[in-house]
Amino acid sequence: MSNPTSMEGAAPIKLTRKDYASDQDVRWCPGCGDYAILAQVQKVFADLRLDRDKTVFVSGIGCSSRFPYYMNTYGVHSIHGRAPAIASGLKVARPELAIWVVTGDGDGLSIGGNHLIHAIRRNIDLKILLFNNRIYGLTKGQYSPTSEFGKRTVSTPHGVPDRPFNPVAVALGAGATFVARAFDTDTDHLQAMLRRAHAHKGTAFIEIYQNCNVFNDGAFEHLAEKKVHDERVIALEHGKPLLFGPGKSKGLRFDAHGRATAVEVGEGPGQVPVGAIACHDESVDSSGYAFVLSQLDYPTNPVPIGIFRAVERPTYEQTVEEQARKVAPTGARKDIETLWHQGDTWVAGSGGDAE
Amino acid sequence: MTTQSPLSPPGAGAPAGGPLPTQPKNRSVAERESVVIRFCGDSGDGMQLTGTEFTRVTALAGNDLSTLPDFPAEIRAPAGSIAGVSGYQLQFSSREVFTPGDQPHTLVAMNPAALKANLADLVPGGALVVNTGAFTKPNLQKAGYESNPLEDGSLERYHVHQVDVTKLTALALKDTGLSSKEIGRCKNFFALGLAFWMYNRPTEPEIESIKQKFGKKPELADANIKAFLAGYNYGETAEIFTESVEVKPAPIAAGTYRNIMGNSATAIGLVTAGHLSGLDIFFAGYPITPASSILHELSNYRAYGVTTFQCEDEIAAIGAALGGSFGGQLGVTASSGPGIALKGEFMGLAVSLELPLVIINVQRGGPSTGLPTKTEQADLLQALYGRNGECPIPVLAAMTPADCFDATIEACRVAVKHMTPVVLLTDGYLANGSEPWLVPKKGDLAPIEVKFRTDPAGYEVYERDPETLARAWVRPGTPGLTHRVGGLEKDALTGNVSYDPVNHEVMCQTRADKVARVARGFGTLHLTGPDHGELLVCGWGSTYGAIAQSVELARAEGRRVSHVHLRWLNPLHGELGALLKRFDKVLVPEMNLGQLVKVLRAEFLVDAQSFTKVQGKPFTVSELKARIDQLTSPKERS
Ligand code: SF4
Repeated sequence: MSNPTSMEGAAPIKLTRKDYASDQDVRWCPGCGDYAILAQVQKVFADLRLDRDKTVFVSGIGCSSRFPYYMNTYGVHSIHGRAPAIASGLKVARPELAIWVVTGDGDGLSIGGNHLIHAIRRNIDLKILLFNNRIYGLTKGQYSPTSEFGKRTVSTPHGVPDRPFNPVAVALGAGATFVARAFDTDTDHLQAMLRRAHAHKGTAFIEIYQNCNVFNDGAFEHLAEKKVHDERVIALEHGKPLLFGPGKSKGLRFDAHGRATAVEVGEGPGQVPVGAIACHDESVDSSGYAFVLSQLDYPTNPVPIGIFRAVERPTYEQTVEEQARKVAPTGARKDIETLWHQGDTWVAGSGGDAE
Repeated sequence: MTTQSPLSPPGAGAPAGGPLPTQPKNRSVAERESVVIRFCGDSGDGMQLTGTEFTRVTALAGNDLSTLPDFPAEIRAPAGSIAGVSGYQLQFSSREVFTPGDQPHTLVAMNPAALKANLADLVPGGALVVNTGAFTKPNLQKAGYESNPLEDGSLERYHVHQVDVTKLTALALKDTGLSSKEIGRCKNFFALGLAFWMYNRPTEPEIESIKQKFGKKPELADANIKAFLAGYNYGETAEIFTESVEVKPAPIAAGTYRNIMGNSATAIGLVTAGHLSGLDIFFAGYPITPASSILHELSNYRAYGVTTFQCEDEIAAIGAALGGSFGGQLGVTASSGPGIALKGEFMGLAVSLELPLVIINVQRGGPSTGLPTKTEQADLLQALYGRNGECPIPVLAAMTPADCFDATIEACRVAVKHMTPVVLLTDGYLANGSEPWLVPKKGDLAPIEVKFRTDPAGYEVYERDPETLARAWVRPGTPGLTHRVGGLEKDALTGNVSYDPVNHEVMCQTRADKVARVARGFGTLHLTGPDHGELLVCGWGSTYGAIAQSVELARAEGRRVSHVHLRWLNPLHGELGALLKRFDKVLVPEMNLGQLVKVLRAEFLVDAQSFTKVQGKPFTVSELKARIDQLTSPKERS
């Protein structure tokens, strides 16, 4: 099969989702949020004409981790929680490849939490999509590390006894250089986030709210539903004030301790002029600001979506490549005999070694 | 009274203590075939350095040798305690050396704890050099001595040389301006100098080495040289040492040699495999005793095409290595038992993905954390079977420190040829032990053939080479060959996910057949002695030296015993079954509770006997010889 994406310089043929779909039937439950995400990823790849021969999707285990089978790129469906480990090795070995990791809340934050935070800490150039459905789907409905406190599930009939992880806060805590959040159903916004992740040099982490209509249906309905969406969700836009609510009528103000209060925006009595609302800046050097945003949660505050943080830092593999250039400037390998003979050697036996 | 030197291996008539013979002061040199010496002291005393320096110069002198460092698991156990004792033993000889020696002829003990922990190993009549300066009341107490062994007559069966190393070193260095703490740290070089005199080693190379080692701190280099020479001169002038011993160079195959430790041989073997295959080596590891030095060493070899990646844990290390292999480099990871246990699931994925991967297990005492710094061979069954499902992996083992080089190259060769993970077993004894290594020449080693598929026409992800049953290796980035692999069962041809019952059986059988076919590439069995007889000793791994020597001794007495040493544990050599059946008895010595013996009994229905040892220490030649004696008659039966 010819590959349209490899034909650089040729007259651009319009690419579609289909050019990035594999020949395998997609097997998620009907109505699963994963379909929408797959569609947006394929759409963005087509729009950007990304080279599928130079792309690898790596996943762990879980519903979301079937993702690589459905992409007509290179792919590895690995073992539970370990996708960032494989992807990291692959990226360090082959920095020229574009590597996307697909994981879930159980895969990425429970069994694979260690690999996730260390990949982020190293700032390896991986695009990590964490599908958060706040439940274990593939194993049929146990609570996950993002399930709400008190939630009743098959494994917690008396209610979840522990507090959930906030994936964005975890990523920021690990020093992430790019962190975003999106909804599975908000197609344009999700596409925008994917594009930005693609453009970022370093680990790009996107938490995607994903509906599991079988085991945790409507987990994000209290945010996604049209009637309440504007009231309960704040879209972060770089350089624009932190406004939300119907007609962007509300703004967020922060006190000295980072506590947020919603205020009415306007010139009237008891209102705050829009100029007094802080503008969002995704490039703040310290992650403290992004962390404060990550703590905004329903019902006290609107939940932010968009890019929390996007800063430039050297990637792990760049540093490794630079080190390599220092010891081998030409890229040519040193002669193996030099290595064999290093240290104290002596010649023994009759005739010795005439080398 | 015998006139045998106290420094030489005592024979049957060795003196049991008593007054030492007085001899003229000028140097007399006795020639010996081989000597076993052990340096021991507190872990802060620098005994490993003393041992390795003595070894280095001994190797340069052309002796064959074998070494065994023995250090505590704690980095700094309380000073002066038994737990903090560190030791280094070596055997050097004018003929071929198989082991570091059963029992030292000379023991250098730097403090009471070291004496207490090591004395039982010293041969009766052997030379005992003690640092009297450390035999203080608190030190004696810490070692658990109720009375001072130097005074209570309990050492009468040895030739005791009391040397106040602490004080003599301090005197030699009193004008250097160093602090007393710094001076205290030079004691080991005094002891080294003394040992150099005792065994007639040239001082020049050592002085050079000290200069290099302490190049950045010339005042320390000077002090250590002073201490070293003071020790050497003390041997010459003190009347307690009657003669020094010379061990002539060993006759060995012609060539260039260097002394090499097992982990170093493994590391260089990996780089060499990269050279032979043209592949880049991608090594991912996580710190663990006694495997870490492979990571350390490889991290210096970037200019030879090696990338190292220190991961967040053992699982990530094998995962990253497998990622490297998916990317078309040769992925390698190294660990020890506990780390290997963590890697098990990924080894299964590697079996499923059918990618080359080398997993090195530098075995140590188990279970659990066990004995991190001691040696054992108890991970064999883990390597063979320790995974879920039908999960066959080729397994091989290195026999000696230098053999780690060859075994590593063989592991890489099979991994690439058959597209499979391979487990290489070494152990703590090999990792830290050393011996002279005949440096290869470029033409000596066969290239490792690698084929990456680039042709998209008719590509099926699990189509196989009819001979090796390997699937094609495709580097991501190759146009038109995009494909997905994973840990779910795959269709036997397309590689797509398949839950078909018959397909699963076909895949399980094929993976097993593929590993079985590795045996087609084996050379001859490593057999010493005739291929039939009264007793066959069948070993694997690091027991090689001790078995080889004990069998040689037994054969010299006319015993009908042969020795086969298995390079491959899976698959087993095609001729092994028939060979085992041509002997009346089969003995399987192992540093575990009997693992290979189970496999041999199960595979070949032979009544093989087990001989085991799990003390964190290798077999001694005499232990093995005694067992062989029990199982054989001394002379050829008529
Ligand atoms: S179980 Fe839930 S997450 Fe999994 S495929 Fe079905 S709907 Fe989607």
